Amino acid sequence: MSTASPIRRASLPEQLIIPLHQHIGENSEILVTKGERVLKGQPLTVAKAYVSAPIHAPSSGIVTDIAEYPAPHPSGLSTLCIVIKTDGENEWADLEPVSNYRDLSTAELRNIIRHAGIVGLGGAAFPTAVKLNPGPDHPIDTVIINAAECEPYISCDDMLMRERADEVISGIEIILHTLGAKKALIAIENNKPEAAEALQKSLGRTANENIHVVAIPTIYPTGGEKQLIKVLTNKEVPSDGLPIDIGIVVQNVGTTAAIHRAIHFGEPLISRIITVTGNGIKQPQNMDVLIGTSMAEVIQQCGGYTENAKQLIMGGPMMGFSMHTDHLPIIKGCNCLLVETTEQRQGMQTMPCIRCGECTRVCPANLLPQQLYWHASSRNFDQVQDYHLFDCIECGCCAHVCPSHIPLVQYYRFAKTEIWNQERDRKKSDHARVRHDFRQARLDREKRERDERLRKKKEMLEKKKQEESQASTAEIDPKKAAINAALERVKMKKASTTVTPKNTNNLTEEQQKKIDEVDKQRQASKTK
Amino acid sequence: MSILSAIITLSLIAGLFGLILGYASIKFHVEGDPVVDKIDAILPQTQCGQCSFPGCRPYAEAIASGEAPINQCPPGGEATMLALADLLGVEPIALSEEHADEPVKTVVTIDETTCIGCTLCIQACPVDAILGAAKQMHTIIESECTGCNLCIPPCPVDCIAIVPVKIEPDTWRWPLPEQAHTAPGA
Repeated sequence: MSTASPIRRASLPEQLIIPLHQHIGENSEILVTKGERVLKGQPLTVAKAYVSAPIHAPSSGIVTDIAEYPAPHPSGLSTLCIVIKTDGENEWADLEPVSNYRDLSTAELRNIIRHAGIVGLGGAAFPTAVKLNPGPDHPIDTVIINAAECEPYISCDDMLMRERADEVISGIEIILHTLGAKKALIAIENNKPEAAEALQKSLGRTANENIHVVAIPTIYPTGGEKQLIKVLTNKEVPSDGLPIDIGIVVQNVGTTAAIHRAIHFGEPLISRIITVTGNGIKQPQNMDVLIGTSMAEVIQQCGGYTENAKQLIMGGPMMGFSMHTDHLPIIKGCNCLLVETTEQRQGMQTMPCIRCGECTRVCPANLLPQQLYWHASSRNFDQVQDYHLFDCIECGCCAHVCPSHIPLVQYYRFAKTEIWNQERDRKKSDHARVRHDFRQARLDREKRERDERLRKKKEMLEKKKQEESQASTAEIDPKKAAINAALERVKMKKASTTVTPKNTNNLTEEQQKKIDEVDKQRQASKTK
Repeated sequence: MSILSAIITLSLIAGLFGLILGYASIKFHVEGDPVVDKIDAILPQTQCGQCSFPGCRPYAEAIASGEAPINQCPPGGEATMLALADLLGVEPIALSEEHADEPVKTVVTIDETTCIGCTLCIQACPVDAILGAAKQMHTIIESECTGCNLCIPPCPVDCIAIVPVKIEPDTWRWPLPEQAHTAPGA
C-alpha cells in the first residue's frame, strides 16, 4: 500500500520536540540550555552510562524549552524533551567523517557509532554500540541483517533497500569489520523482490563475497530476532540467552544505513524513514522524517486523515500501541504510523477461554499462552515466569487467533511490567536495608565512641583529683610552715615589742618599799 | 549368648549413629535464625514502624517467634502479606483494619524556604535520606527516601510534605485487562 511512491523527505517543521529517552537503557545528560542556538547534528545530550545513547539537534535553531511533553508511549505519560524552534537554515555543525574506517580500531568505530546516538531502528531502540561489543568471550561468526519487515503494512525497510542499497551494503561492511565476523546474511522476505534485486546489484558493484542475500518466507513474525535466527541457521537462542551466545549478531537494515552515514559522513542519527499507512491515511507512503517532528505534521504531509479514520497506532497492526493524540514526536524507534478505520478489536466481546489450544499452536516462541494467561490473570507471577513469560516477544499471534477474543498480549504485558515493578521494589528495599543497617551500625559506633570518650574523661578527672589530693598533702606543709613561720615571727615581734619598763630595774630597798606601798594603796583604792 | 550379641550390636549401632549425628550438628551448624532473614527480605524495608515494631527486622523477628501476625505491614500491603503466608505456610489473613490502607508509594519533600535547619528530621530518618546541618537548609535525597514519614512528626515548622512518587513511562505498569468470567447472557 505504501510502496507505490518513493521515500519523500518531510518538510522542515517549525518546531521539533526531542524526547531525551528514546532508547533502552540509562538517561543521557543534557548539554544545552534554554535559549541557546544549536546547529544541525550538534549533540544535545551526552551518554554517561554504558547502555545509553545521546540525542542530536535534527536541524539548526533555538532551544526554546526543556520540559516535560507527552511521550509516544502506551501510558500517555509525559517525558523530558528538548524543544527546538527551527530557523530554516539547516546549518550543519562541524562533522568529522572517517576517510578510511579500516584504519580505525574497533573500539574507535564503536565510539563513533555510540556518539552518533545510533540505536536499533527496528523498533526496540537498543544502543547499537553495545550490540557491536560482544566482548572477547563471544566470537561472532555471522551477522544477520534483518530485512524482514517486522509487521504487515510496514515497508520502510523495503523502500530503504530499494532506494539506498549502497548505503546498506556499506554499513554492513563496517559492521563486519567492527565485529570481525566472517559473513553477513541479509534476510529478506520473498515478497520484496525489488529490494532483493537492488541489494544484489549493489553487491555486484562492491564484489564482497562475504555478504549474501537470503530470501525467507513471508510469515509473521519472522522479523523477530530469535525467529529469524531459527529460520536462517536452524539454531535456537537459549531461553535466557542472547544471540551472541551462539555467535550471532542481528542488526536491522535501517541501522546499517545509519552506521554508514555516521562513519562516512560523520552524521549522527537525526532522521529515520517511517511508513505512514492504513486505510485512514489519504496518501500512504514512506517518509524520511527528522526525529522530533510531530506525528500530526507527518500525517498532514501524507494528505491527512480520511473521513472515517478512527485510530492512530504507533507501530504495526500486531504490536503497535494506540495513541490518544497525534501531537506526539516521532522518535528513533518509531517505524510506522498506522491509521485504522475501525477501532482495534471493535465489536469483539471478550469471552471466557474455551481451551481450544489455538494460541499454543501459533506461538512462534513455543510457549503455552493459555497457561501464561491463567497465571497472569490471577497474578501468579512466579508461575508465569516458570512458563517463560520473558521469552514472549509480544507478537500478538495468540491474541489474533483467539476465538474468544481475549487480549492475551495485554495480560503478558501486564505481568511483565508487574514483575519488573516487584523487582524494582525488591532492589529498593534491599538498598534501604543496607542503608538502615549502615545507619544502625554508625549510631552504635558513635554511641560506643561517645561512651569511650566519656569514660576516658571520667578517668582523667578522677586521676586529676587523686593527683591533686596527693599534691595537697605534699604542698600544704610548706604553706603551713610559711604560715607558722609568719606566726612565729609575729609572736617574736610581739614578744620583742612588749618590753618591760626599765625604770624599775636596779632599785634600792627603800624605793622598792615605797613602790610596794603605792601598789598596796592602788590595790586598796581599786577594791574600794 | 544370643541376647548378649544383640545388645552389643545394638549398642554399636547406637554409638555409630550418635557419632554421625554429633558430627552433623557441628558440620551443618546454622548461625542465627534463617527464617528471620527470609522474612526480613520480604518486608519492604521502609523502617516506618507502622507495624508497631521499631523497624522491619524487629517485626520480622516478632513474626518468626509467633508474637505478631503477618498482616501488619501497610507499605507492603497485600502482596507482602501473601508472600509471608507463602513463606511461612500459614493461611493468608486479611490486612488488619488499622493497617488496611492500599499502599501508594510516596516520598517526602522539604519546603526549603520554611526549613529552619533544626536537624530533628535528620535524626529521625532511618535510612539517612536527609541532607543538611544545624542552621543549614535540609533537603531530601529522593532516590533514598522510603516514604516512611518518620521525619514528619519531629519537624517543628511543618515544612515536610508527602508527595506520591511520580510514574515515568519506564516505571508505568500495564493495567490488568477487564476479565470475562461469565459469557454474556449467562
